[in-house]
Amino acid sequence: MESMTPLLAILCPAIAAALILPSRKHPNIREGWTIAASVAMFLLVLSMAPVVAKGETIKCILFQSMFKDIYIGFKVDAFGEIFAITASSLWVLVSIYSIGYMRALNEHAQTRYFFAFCFAIMGAVGVALSANLVTMFIFFEIITISTYPLVIHEQTPEALRAGHKYLAYLMPAGAFLLFGIMTTYYLSGTTDFTPGGIKSLASAPQLILIVLFFTFLLGFMKAAWMPFHSWLPTAMIAPSPVSALLHAVAVVKAGVFGIVRIVGYVIGMDLMQQLGLWLILAGIASFTMIVASFFAISQDNLKRRLAYSTISQLSYIILGAALLTKDSMLGAMLHIPFHGYMKITLFLCAGAILVATGKTRISEMAGIGKRMPVTMLAFSIAAIGMAGIPPVCGFISKLYLCLGAWAVGSPYGMIFLAVILISSLLDIVYFFPIILTAFFKKPTEESGEEKIKEAPLLVVVPLTITAIFSLVFFIYPNTFYISDLARMAISNLFGGV
Amino acid sequence: MNFVEHFPVLIVGLSMFLAYTMLLAGYLNRRLPFYMSLAMNSFFLIISLFILNHVLTVGPIRYWQGGWRPPWGIEYVVDAMNAYLLVIVISMVILGLIYSRGNVRYEIEERKHTTFYTLVQLMAAGLYGITITGDLFNMFIWLEIASLTAYALIAVAGGRALRPAYNYVIMGSIGACFYIFGVCWIYSVTGTLNMADMRLLLPLVYDNKAVQMAFAMMVVGVMIKAYIFPLHLWQPDVYTYAPSTISSMMASVHVKVMFYILIRMVFSVFTLDFIKHFIGLDMLICWVAAIAILAGSIWAIKQRNLKRMLAYSSVSQMGYILLGLGLSPLSPWGLVGVVAHILNHAIGKGCLFMSAGAFAQQEGVRDIRKFEGLGKKMPYASAAFTIAALSMIGIPPTAGFASKLFLILASLDASQYPFVAILLLSGLLNLVYFWRVIDQIYFVKSDGTENPAKAKEKGKSLPLSMTAPMLILAALCIIMGIIWLTDVPLPLINHILSNLRMGVTI
Repeated sequence: MESMTPLLAILCPAIAAALILPSRKHPNIREGWTIAASVAMFLLVLSMAPVVAKGETIKCILFQSMFKDIYIGFKVDAFGEIFAITASSLWVLVSIYSIGYMRALNEHAQTRYFFAFCFAIMGAVGVALSANLVTMFIFFEIITISTYPLVIHEQTPEALRAGHKYLAYLMPAGAFLLFGIMTTYYLSGTTDFTPGGIKSLASAPQLILIVLFFTFLLGFMKAAWMPFHSWLPTAMIAPSPVSALLHAVAVVKAGVFGIVRIVGYVIGMDLMQQLGLWLILAGIASFTMIVASFFAISQDNLKRRLAYSTISQLSYIILGAALLTKDSMLGAMLHIPFHGYMKITLFLCAGAILVATGKTRISEMAGIGKRMPVTMLAFSIAAIGMAGIPPVCGFISKLYLCLGAWAVGSPYGMIFLAVILISSLLDIVYFFPIILTAFFKKPTEESGEEKIKEAPLLVVVPLTITAIFSLVFFIYPNTFYISDLARMAISNLFGGV
Repeated sequence: MNFVEHFPVLIVGLSMFLAYTMLLAGYLNRRLPFYMSLAMNSFFLIISLFILNHVLTVGPIRYWQGGWRPPWGIEYVVDAMNAYLLVIVISMVILGLIYSRGNVRYEIEERKHTTFYTLVQLMAAGLYGITITGDLFNMFIWLEIASLTAYALIAVAGGRALRPAYNYVIMGSIGACFYIFGVCWIYSVTGTLNMADMRLLLPLVYDNKAVQMAFAMMVVGVMIKAYIFPLHLWQPDVYTYAPSTISSMMASVHVKVMFYILIRMVFSVFTLDFIKHFIGLDMLICWVAAIAILAGSIWAIKQRNLKRMLAYSSVSQMGYILLGLGLSPLSPWGLVGVVAHILNHAIGKGCLFMSAGAFAQQEGVRDIRKFEGLGKKMPYASAAFTIAALSMIGIPPTAGFASKLFLILASLDASQYPFVAILLLSGLLNLVYFWRVIDQIYFVKSDGTENPAKAKEKGKSLPLSMTAPMLILAALCIIMGIIWLTDVPLPLINHILSNLRMGVTI
C-alpha cells in the first residue's frame, strides 16, 4: 500500500525543530511545538499500526536514487512499526518530563536541547520506518550527530570528553556500517529489507559473508555490545531525559533494531544458521548479559548502574535474534517496547530524584522512599519488571526468550537458557538493594531530609504513566497493537505461525 | 549555426573586454567595477545555463575562431563536462564577488579596489577560457592568465602575503613550464595542437618515448597547479594569507579548473586506452591520491590556524578527486565521483573559507583555540561553517556524503578494497579536525576574558553581502546532497560519460 503517512510522521519533528529556533525567546511556545509535534507524530505512527498488523506494508518511495535498484524511502512493516511506536509514544511523555526537568533545574541552552532532541527522534523513527539500508544509514548518522549536543549539554570539560568518546565510538561505527551497506549492495544489487534475508546474497563467497556480518556488527556499535559498550555509561553525563529516551530507547534500540534487521532481513536466518554466525552472535550477547550485570552491581552512581543494566538488557534482544527460533525472535521483538517502557521509568525516576534532592549516588538515597513514595513505587515496579517477575511486562518477553532457548534444543540451547536465567537473577541482585535502601534504610541524621518532597508534577506524572504502562503491557500485551505486530513480524519472517 | 553556439566565445571575449573597461571605469567611480563585474557575470551565468541546456539536448558545441577550421585554427569545444564546470565556475565567481563586497573593505586598502576587481575579472576570464578551449596551446594562454592574476591577487593583501605569493609565482611558473614543455614535445611528434585531432593521431605513437615524456610532464605541471600532494608545498601559506575572497575562490574553483586540465588530458587527449596501455599507471595515480587524502588530513589535524587547516583539508580533498580519476579506467563510478566532488568540494570549501574570513573580520580570531562563543556571537556564519564542515566529513544528507558514496562504489566496482578503507578513514580524520572547530565554536565555554585582538568592526553585525553567500552555499550543501542521491543528475552524468567516451553509462 502506498501512503504518505510515514513521510509526514518523519517530518513532524523536523518541522518542530524549524519552529523551535525562532521561538527561542518564548519558552512556552517553544515547548508547545515539541509537544504538538510529539503528539502528531505518535498519532501518525499509530494510525499505521492496524493496517500493518494485518500483514500489509505501507510503502512511501521518496525518490529513485542514482544507483540502480536503490530508492530512498520508507516501508513500514510490522517489526519497524513496533520500534516506531515505542520511540514516538515515549517521546510524548519524555517531552512533558523534559519541560519539568529542565525548568526545575534551571538548565542553560534549553533551545539547543529541544532542537537537537527533535532531530534525534526523527533519526530513531526514520531508522524504524526505512525501507532499505541506505535510507537507514542516513537516519543513523542523523542520530549520531544530533545526540552529540545533548550528551555534552553541561559543556564542562568532563562532558566534552564524554562527547568525544561518544563520537569516537559511533562515527567509526558509521564508517563500518557504510562499508557493510556498500558491500551488500555490491554483492546482491539491492539493500531492501527482505523478510528471511536477501536471496542473492546466498551465492556470495562464505568468507566475504562472514566478514560482512562482522562489519555490520561493528557498524551497530550503538547496540552497546561488549567490548564496545563503554561509550554508553560515559554518555550518562547527559541530562536525565536524554539518558532516558536516547540512551535507553532511541539510540541503543536503533542499534539493536539494526542487528535484528541484519539477522532477519538482510543476511537471513538460513545463512546465519549455515555459517554458524548465530552461535557467535549468541555468544557475544551472553557474554555481554552476564558481564554487564556484574559491572552494574559495582556501580554506586544510579544512572551508571542503569546504563550497565541497559547494556545487559539490550543483549537479551540480540540473543533472541541470534537464537533464530520463532519464540526467541518474538521475545526479542517484544523486549524492544517492553524494555523501553521499563527502563525509561527507571531513568525518569533517577532524574526525579536528582531534581528533588540533587542526589545521584545510591548510597545517599537511604529513606528516600518515604519522602518520594510515588517515584520510588514506580521505580520498584520497573525494577521488578526488569528482573522478569510478574505482573510486569518484562516477564512476557523473558518468557518467550526462555521458550526460544528451550526450542533450540541442543546443549547450546540449554546453556543460553541458563544464561538468561542467571542474568535475570543478577538483575535482582543489582536492583533490589536500591529498593531496600530507598524504603527501609534509616537516613542519616544531619542531612535535613524533612525538606525533601516529590519532584514537580510535570516530572512525576510521566514516570507514573510509564510505570502504569509497564503493568498494562503485562495484562494486555496488545496495547498499541504491540503483540499483533510482533506476531505478524514473526509470520513474515518464518512464514505463517 | 545555432545562436547558442556563439555563447562560449562571448563569455571569454566579454570577460577580457570587461576587465580592461573596469579599470578605466574605476577612475570615474570606485564602486563601478564591482557592479559591472557582478552584472556581467550574472549575464554569463544565464548564458552558461543556455549552453548547458544546448549541450544536453543538442550535443557538444564546436566553435571555430575566425572561421578557421581545425587543426589550423583555434577550436572551442563545449561538451557536457565543460558546460557543467562552466556553470559552477561562474556561480562561484558571482558568490565570491558578492562576498568580497563586505570583505574587501576590511582586508584591502581602498585605493587598490579597482585593480582588485579588475584582476578578479581577469582571473575569471582565464578560468572560463581554460574551461571552454579545445586547443592545448590556447589552454596554456588561459592558464597563464588565470595564474598570473592569482599571484597578484594574493600579493594584494600585502605584508605577510608577499612571501607566499612569491613562492606561488616560482612554483606556479615551474608548473606552467612543465605543461608547455609537454605540449611542445607532443607537438613535435603529432604536429597538431587541437585536442580532438591529437586524440586521433596519438594511438599510433603510444610507444614513442617523447609522447610518454610529454604526458608525464603535462601531468606533473598540472599537479603542481592543483597542489596534489607532495607538490602542494606552496599552497598552505597562500591560502592562509591571501584575502578571504581569494582563498575562497581559489579553493572552490581555481583549483578545480586546474584539475579540469588533467581530466581533459586523461579523457580527451590521451584517452583511457593510453592509461590502460601502461599497466599499473591507473593504480599509481590511485595511490598518489590515497597518500594525498591521508597526508592532507593528518597535516590538517596539526594546524591551529583555521585557514591553514582548511588549506590542508583542500589538499586532502583534491586527493578524492584524483582518486576518482585514477579509478575511472576501471569503473564509470570513478568519473561520477570526480564530477560530483568537483561541485561538492567547490560549495563546501568555498563556504568554509568564507566563514573563516567572516570570523577573522568580525571577531579578529584566526586561531581555533580562541573560537569560544562564536556560535552565539555570529550565529549565521557558525551555522554555515558547521553545515559545510559536516559536508566535508560526509554526514548524510550533505553533498560530501554523495561523493564519498560514489567513490566507495567505484573502489568496490574496481575491486580495489584498500581505497574503501582509506576513504572511510579519511572521513574519520576529517571528523577529528572539523569537530574540534565545531566544539570550540559552540560547546567550549569561554573563560570570560574579552579577546584583545578584537577587530575594529566590533558591535556591527556581519553585512548581508557576506552572510548571504555563505548561507546560500550551506543550503546548497544540503540541497545538492539530496539531489545527488536522486536520479535527477543521471542525464547529465550519462552525457558526461558519453562525451568523455567512457563507453558506458550508469
